[in-house]
Amino acid sequence: MAPAQQDRTAWLLLTPMISIMVLVTAFPLLNTLWLAFTDASLTGQGYVWQWIGLENFAYILDDSDFRAAVGRTTYFTVLSVSAEVVLGVLVALLLNQEFKGRTLVRALLILPWALPTIVNAVMWRLIYNPEYGSLNALLTQIGLLDAYRSWLGDPATAMNMVILADIWKNYPLIALIALAALQTVPKDLYEAAIMDGANAWTRFWKITLPGIIGSLSVAMVLRAIEAFKVFDIFYVMTRGGPADSTKTVSFFVYQESFTYLRAGSGAAYALTVTAMSGLMISIYVVMLVRREKRS
Amino acid sequence: MNRFFKGAACGLALLIHQSFPAFAEDVTLNAIFMKQAAYSEDDTKAMAKTFEAANPGLKVNLEFVPYEALHDKIVAAQGAGSSGYDVVLFDVIWPPEFATKGFLQDVTARVPKTDRDKVFDGAWTTVDYDGKIWGMPWILDTKYLFYNQDMLKQAGISAPPKTFEELAEQAKIIKDKGIVKFPIVWSWSQAEALICDYTSMVGGAKGSFTQDGKLSFDTGGSVEAVNYMKKTLDDGVTNPNSREYLEEDVRKVFSAGEAAFAMNWTYMFNMANDPKESKVAGKIGIVPAPGFKGKAEASAINGSMGLGISAGSKHPDEAWKFITFMTSQETQNKYAKLSLPIWKSSYDDPAVTKGQEKLIDAAKVSLGVMFARPMTPSYPELSSILQKNIQQVLLGQASTDDAMTAATKAAGRLR
Repeated sequence: MAPAQQDRTAWLLLTPMISIMVLVTAFPLLNTLWLAFTDASLTGQGYVWQWIGLENFAYILDDSDFRAAVGRTTYFTVLSVSAEVVLGVLVALLLNQEFKGRTLVRALLILPWALPTIVNAVMWRLIYNPEYGSLNALLTQIGLLDAYRSWLGDPATAMNMVILADIWKNYPLIALIALAALQTVPKDLYEAAIMDGANAWTRFWKITLPGIIGSLSVAMVLRAIEAFKVFDIFYVMTRGGPADSTKTVSFFVYQESFTYLRAGSGAAYALTVTAMSGLMISIYVVMLVRREKRS
Repeated sequence: MNRFFKGAACGLALLIHQSFPAFAEDVTLNAIFMKQAAYSEDDTKAMAKTFEAANPGLKVNLEFVPYEALHDKIVAAQGAGSSGYDVVLFDVIWPPEFATKGFLQDVTARVPKTDRDKVFDGAWTTVDYDGKIWGMPWILDTKYLFYNQDMLKQAGISAPPKTFEELAEQAKIIKDKGIVKFPIVWSWSQAEALICDYTSMVGGAKGSFTQDGKLSFDTGGSVEAVNYMKKTLDDGVTNPNSREYLEEDVRKVFSAGEAAFAMNWTYMFNMANDPKESKVAGKIGIVPAPGFKGKAEASAINGSMGLGISAGSKHPDEAWKFITFMTSQETQNKYAKLSLPIWKSSYDDPAVTKGQEKLIDAAKVSLGVMFARPMTPSYPELSSILQKNIQQVLLGQASTDDAMTAATKAAGRLR
């Protein structure tokens, strides 16, 4: 087959896929883009709208509650992703050792990650319950806490408690990726290092970490993008409360569109959030390109 | 060959059957209900079953969602362009929004004029807006003050409180005697439940949500209500966990014998009296929620809900038939344990009152003084504003004056 003809066949074969992509991705995206410049509101008969230009975005920039939510969401993202990375790598190192029952433990590791977020959130709500939650029971029995307390009802702890629940659910993903990367680190490097008298600490920083950092950073960026648009775990655990202390940026998108029925400004909030994740996505792309060049 | 023809004929018949709804005998109605408070899922399912049995060819597909998701589900289903639900359960606070935005069908012509006098006025406010009727009231509900008779007796208190001040005093006695650590439990989570307790208190202080025709929350009854809430927290008579509780949490705490007083909807009376659900069965007292001293004898929040036909429904007649059945006096009298009927004469019917006389006595007072939340098409947003600001006071992040001034300001900016 001539190259030109080959190209044509390739495009022909790709057509169904491309049209599906356009239908499910491009169309809603363009629709959202258009909505963001209108004052469209959701009604029983669909949208009622008027073109209002940049007014929605001006409102968002002026919205101090939204700015606070950006800070909150960033806090959530940074804290949960970094904790997940540390925990994930530690667990991966452990599971990379030879020991009895390793396969079983490796299989068990996936469980939290395989759990639907909603189930995870409901489960942690029970653990944190102020009257009969197991966390309160544990902490009072070992003497760390004098009396049962309300973890999700206190603005000082609510956010961190949700972060803990999120870490428990998502660190296995990082652990799995780190584990896979660990297996590609050549064993003879370690043997040579031991011969040279390097201790475990040095071996980790000089051999292990450089060996897995590539895969790890990709996993990190992916998790960060996901964490930034977090919604479900908060919706179930705190609904944004107490006193808005756990209201993340995605809540604004949801509330504007479905609770206040302002599809137009909801779309503008959505685009703003997308632009912020876009920043992280570009970091991801740059990293992918660099890796590609290296290999 | 014969078999092939038979198969083809069957297929064709099926095709015709499906593509011409007029030929179809079976109509399936999609209905959305809520999971908590008032009629239980089991009761609602049983009612629908009876309806199906009486109306061959009509099927009802029931969906139950938590109250917190009900509004958004109804809106999203229609906004998405699908016809969504035929019958929707809606809260008393939504008709202004649903009517102006066209989510509900106007059913003024369908409601028999003779029914107007037979049903409580408070129930009608649930479905009336702009001089039209947007559904049929189904749940006539308000929050009552529940108390644990044993605990009051143990504390030497002879009668339940008649004012909010007395409630705090009695709770203090119970706390000081060490009978229970936190005597009162409320649903003050960042949710509509908080606004219900707050509204009840504003009503009990003879307050108002408007001043000179504008929404206002920074004077009189509003401030008195929020100050009272905060004070009971500061004095340690209100369970601090109330700030993360919804109604079901309140029921569980009260039923576990960990509170002497609780504010909750009708449904808690028979559930807290059910030994399978409760450790304090048989000890439940119920009175109308009190008022503030010198202002009102009792207070109540209008927490009623109605059933309506969604604008996109293709079977409005069948939907109305179902609604008529669900809201009929016969159906309501039969399931009067978790939610009381909308029909006035039911309250003198021994079949309804038997075994729950105390509840009926309280209802007769409360239903007459039901106080409504602000009526505005932007209610969901207004409610978010109030929830956030009141919670800030309850959590000690802002003073009552600052928070309620902020709420009033934000309400003035509602788009």
